[in-house]
Amino acid sequence: MEAYEVIVIGGGPAGLAAALAAHKAGSRVLVIEREERLGGILKQCIHDGFGLVRFGEKLSGPEYAERFIDEVLELGIDVLTSSFVTELKKTGAGFLVSVVNRHGVTDYQAGALVLATGCRERTARQVLIHGTRPAGIFTAGTAQHFTNLLGQLPTRRCVILGSGDIGLIMARRLTLEGASVLGVYEAKPEPSGLTRNLVQCLEDFDIPLYLSHTVTRVFGEERLTAVEVAQVDERIKPVPGTEHIIECDGLILSVGLIPENEVAGQLGVPMDAAAKGPVCDNRFMTQVPGVFSCGNALHVNDLVDYVSESGEMAGRYAAAYAADGTDSGEHIAFKTDDSFLYLVPQQLRLEDRDKKGVLYFRSRNARRNAVFTMSINGKTAYTRKYGQLKPPEMERLEIDFGKYPIQKGDELRFEIKEVMG
Amino acid sequence: MSMKKLTCIVCPNGCSLTVLADGDSVRVTGNQCKRGEQFAKEELFHPMRTICTTVRTEFAAAPVLPVRVSAEIPKDRIKDVMEEINRVVIKEPVGRGDVVIADVLGLGVDVIATSSLLRYLKEEEKI
Repeated sequence: MEAYEVIVIGGGPAGLAAALAAHKAGSRVLVIEREERLGGILKQCIHDGFGLVRFGEKLSGPEYAERFIDEVLELGIDVLTSSFVTELKKTGAGFLVSVVNRHGVTDYQAGALVLATGCRERTARQVLIHGTRPAGIFTAGTAQHFTNLLGQLPTRRCVILGSGDIGLIMARRLTLEGASVLGVYEAKPEPSGLTRNLVQCLEDFDIPLYLSHTVTRVFGEERLTAVEVAQVDERIKPVPGTEHIIECDGLILSVGLIPENEVAGQLGVPMDAAAKGPVCDNRFMTQVPGVFSCGNALHVNDLVDYVSESGEMAGRYAAAYAADGTDSGEHIAFKTDDSFLYLVPQQLRLEDRDKKGVLYFRSRNARRNAVFTMSINGKTAYTRKYGQLKPPEMERLEIDFGKYPIQKGDELRFEIKEVMG
Repeated sequence: MSMKKLTCIVCPNGCSLTVLADGDSVRVTGNQCKRGEQFAKEELFHPMRTICTTVRTEFAAAPVLPVRVSAEIPKDRIKDVMEEINRVVIKEPVGRGDVVIADVLGLGVDVIATSSLLRYLKEEEKI
């Protein structure tokens, strides 16, 4: 059986960054990708704006991904594409990874695992749209795949449900390719995409945005012929009497993303209900020693730059774990309140209390003049001011834990507080 | 005198701007910083945009290839540039950064490939 020090599952931006970091830290690395090509979702994200934080340039998705792919190829890192992981098992020395591909089923041994499995889109059934099951209902990502990779226009006249960024970007993309986008319908009273995309994807092309509206029914036998839309109240319940029918051959759904952690489940990796990814420490190691998580599998990011960052950290620490394999198991769990949608990672390893750590978070509510606070045993230790916090915009910060006298058994509590002025 | 409402996209604050223009004199309100004023003036007099799209290829393994303009173009030329791009069919395995249309419509910007997909496929002997 072939053995690697680090096996990375997923060849998107998180997995590529993890593989490069683990390789540079001296590990023998294998990347396993289920699709035919490396790059993950970036292959079809042909719009620009990627890499502003990391490279100071506005790159398209393929340009960003290929910088990492080219490095992986140059360094000769082993890659399996069109390959599915069917089973993960803990063994005495590490992990057993079963892979199926055109060569059959092969088992590999790994000292450490990096789970970089990304996220998946919510579907029509998960947002409870009633009616028949005609063709013409796509997630925004599927519509993007058809348009940008296959060169096939999936609709000529469509309605978009949900104002997530991919939906807004597809509104512009489909319009540029000659389709009519009749409107974007958002059930919440606030748009969920970035302001920049509302302006450049909708306003530029006179595409209307209807807030507090949703799609309630779909019509059509073979192909979608129309949808019913209605206004909704504060509890997102349709308001009777506000329904109307829109004729269209496409309904594009941009209604949210969920981290994908099916393979993590096989190893019994405990999950964080808020971030919907594995509970991790500051090394991005899950509560199963030797199993690391990063990118959108850990929590859904806005910017790929931070997907790469968490991938690099997970890869580097996975290489270190594979090299010495020890784990003290001692950590301090971060306590948070409901001012956060989530805070990642969720723990600090006790032996890292003198090191710097990166935190990612989202505020539960839109706030102005807020303060991110870390307190130790009830005493405020670290604060950082934010002029503005919005749930759709993920924040990233770095705390030098070594500046504080953190001891075993201490309580580390995080809060977002309002300040005056 | 004309009035226009804009949403500033310079930073995540997303200020709602009102621009009052009277001949050469322009007054911007609603901005929280200097950059908002600059943004409003540019948006009013010469709005610029980037186009990212695809071009057809003659290769079945990759029927389209992603491209973008090498620098921003005037917003009102988006449609014209799209028409030019839609005329192109790629016949060679061009790579990331290669020029697909030089100086498109005399605007001083090129249309460039943003992926080396065809190069990778060539190396794998798939095209």
